[in-house]
Amino acid sequence: MKLINPIAIYVMWLREMKRFVRAKSRVIGTLAMPLFFLLFLGLGFTNMSLPNMPENISYIDFLVPGIVGMTMLFTSMFAGISVLWDREFGFLKEIMVAPVSRVSLVLGRIAGGATTSVIQGIIILLISFLMGFKISTFSGFVLAILFMVLISISFIGLGLIFASKMTDIHGFSLIMNFVILPLFFLSGAIFPLENLPAMIRYISYLDPLTYGVDGLRGSLTGISQFPVFLNITVLIGFCLLMVSLGAYFFERTEVE
Amino acid sequence: MYAIGIENLTKKFNGFIAVNQVSLNVEEGELFGLLGPNGAGKTTTIKMLSTLLNPTSGYAEVAGFNILTQKDEIRNSIGIVFQDPALDIKLTGRENLEFHSMMYNLGREFREKRIKEVLELVELTSKANVLVENYSGGMKRRLEIARGLIHRPKVLFLDEPTLGLDAQTRRHIWDYIKKLSEEDVTIILTTHYMEEADYLCDRVAIIDFGKIVALDTPKNLKDSLGGDVISLEIPDQNSVDFEKELRNYGWIKGISKHDSFIDLKVENADKRIPEIIFLARKFGINVESVNLRKPSLEDVFLQFTGKTIRERETSQNETRREMVRRRMGR
Repeated sequence: MKLINPIAIYVMWLREMKRFVRAKSRVIGTLAMPLFFLLFLGLGFTNMSLPNMPENISYIDFLVPGIVGMTMLFTSMFAGISVLWDREFGFLKEIMVAPVSRVSLVLGRIAGGATTSVIQGIIILLISFLMGFKISTFSGFVLAILFMVLISISFIGLGLIFASKMTDIHGFSLIMNFVILPLFFLSGAIFPLENLPAMIRYISYLDPLTYGVDGLRGSLTGISQFPVFLNITVLIGFCLLMVSLGAYFFERTEVE
Repeated sequence: MYAIGIENLTKKFNGFIAVNQVSLNVEEGELFGLLGPNGAGKTTTIKMLSTLLNPTSGYAEVAGFNILTQKDEIRNSIGIVFQDPALDIKLTGRENLEFHSMMYNLGREFREKRIKEVLELVELTSKANVLVENYSGGMKRRLEIARGLIHRPKVLFLDEPTLGLDAQTRRHIWDYIKKLSEEDVTIILTTHYMEEADYLCDRVAIIDFGKIVALDTPKNLKDSLGGDVISLEIPDQNSVDFEKELRNYGWIKGISKHDSFIDLKVENADKRIPEIIFLARKFGINVESVNLRKPSLEDVFLQFTGKTIRERETSQNETRREMVRRRMGR
């Protein structure tokens, strides 16, 4: 059996696509939160000047890359954790007895999850254009897509790790409150990290989403805290780590 | 070569022994039944044979492959219908079959041909393009059976294939399983329905508390009891003397007592009932009801375990509840 089975990866991807297209209400549900953040924070803080804001940039321009990062975080974590729903509905057993390497199953799920996440990120970006957001350059847009993909793959991997360690969906709200929300708030998505007390600011530098949001901000608006190169390097490293760990834990999953 | 060979297979969960030193062989092409109450270890056995669980000790071969070292080969040569549905309900029936065929790496032409065939076999052709979430329980089960067959497995596992289905649907599923057994496939079926094992299986292994207590054809198992069964219901009475007296009669081949019932094994039982009732009167025993029946696998189970399968399930549920209570208390 091949470790990498392109057909299996394709089938897993195809399944995600079909489910995505059919689950309109679910997609609207997951997009609602970032959309409301974008809308109400964007409107509410329009004319406010936050301390430590980069010069020559309005709050909405500062916020949009953050909200795109948030969308990536939420949709990707959900995609990774969706293994739990497969477990709940029994479909995981069908996947696990197939003569396909677990690595291929993980790659297929990541491919599917990353595609749907990036589509949702782009939807948020398109909506933000209506609110007056402007991209600095086209190459910046392409670079932003790359960041979206990296963020997405990383957090699908993280979601898979959690899903492999949990046996039912009851722990989900714990993960929402103690993992997803802190990752989001510490990433500098909605305010400049310089405003945080030094202690918490250092913690935020450990949050991989910080580099994702900064990378997105850099590529979309041209203004960033860290160099693009640093952001990409940190994300690729985190991405590889998460995917390996996700595959490792998924490999060891037994189906009760 | 056997389709399945099992030697001393054992599985423990935190000290609880789910499967205890099970050994058996299944011939190629056989329809073999694992019969036992819920919690007897049937599903655990199936999960070990299908490489979903590793055994604690022991050895097994499926289609000639070792369950510990040749998992991939086994996964390629078996099909499984799980006890609980394992379908993606957000896909159509056909899409579920396509997903499966592609995972098993079937070429496009073969895939389309097989999907058509198995859909016809389980009579779901007209519903193939409907989302599975709109299927009834029986339709889902049929779709799963169809899916288990697409890749022409050498061994097909059916774990409680009719659990939770109404009587009519169950009959239907039985017909499909009968039809399958004419194809070139070995079928292992688990069930806790006696009549299901009796009707379908070539041979049956009766499992209780993780151990095989009897293994033979349904006919041989029933014949081993020797004659018909008369069941007397005598609630809350001391019947020791009465039983002692009954043992003096040569035509009574066996006596067993469980709860408020005395079961007698008797040939030509219909002619003996008046005599037995008369005798009971003489010992002052009030017989509340009499039941005469040809022996079923239920009686075989009773013979080997001293309990009916339902009594066993009730007591096991209580044990399990007790265990949960203790764990929660800690």
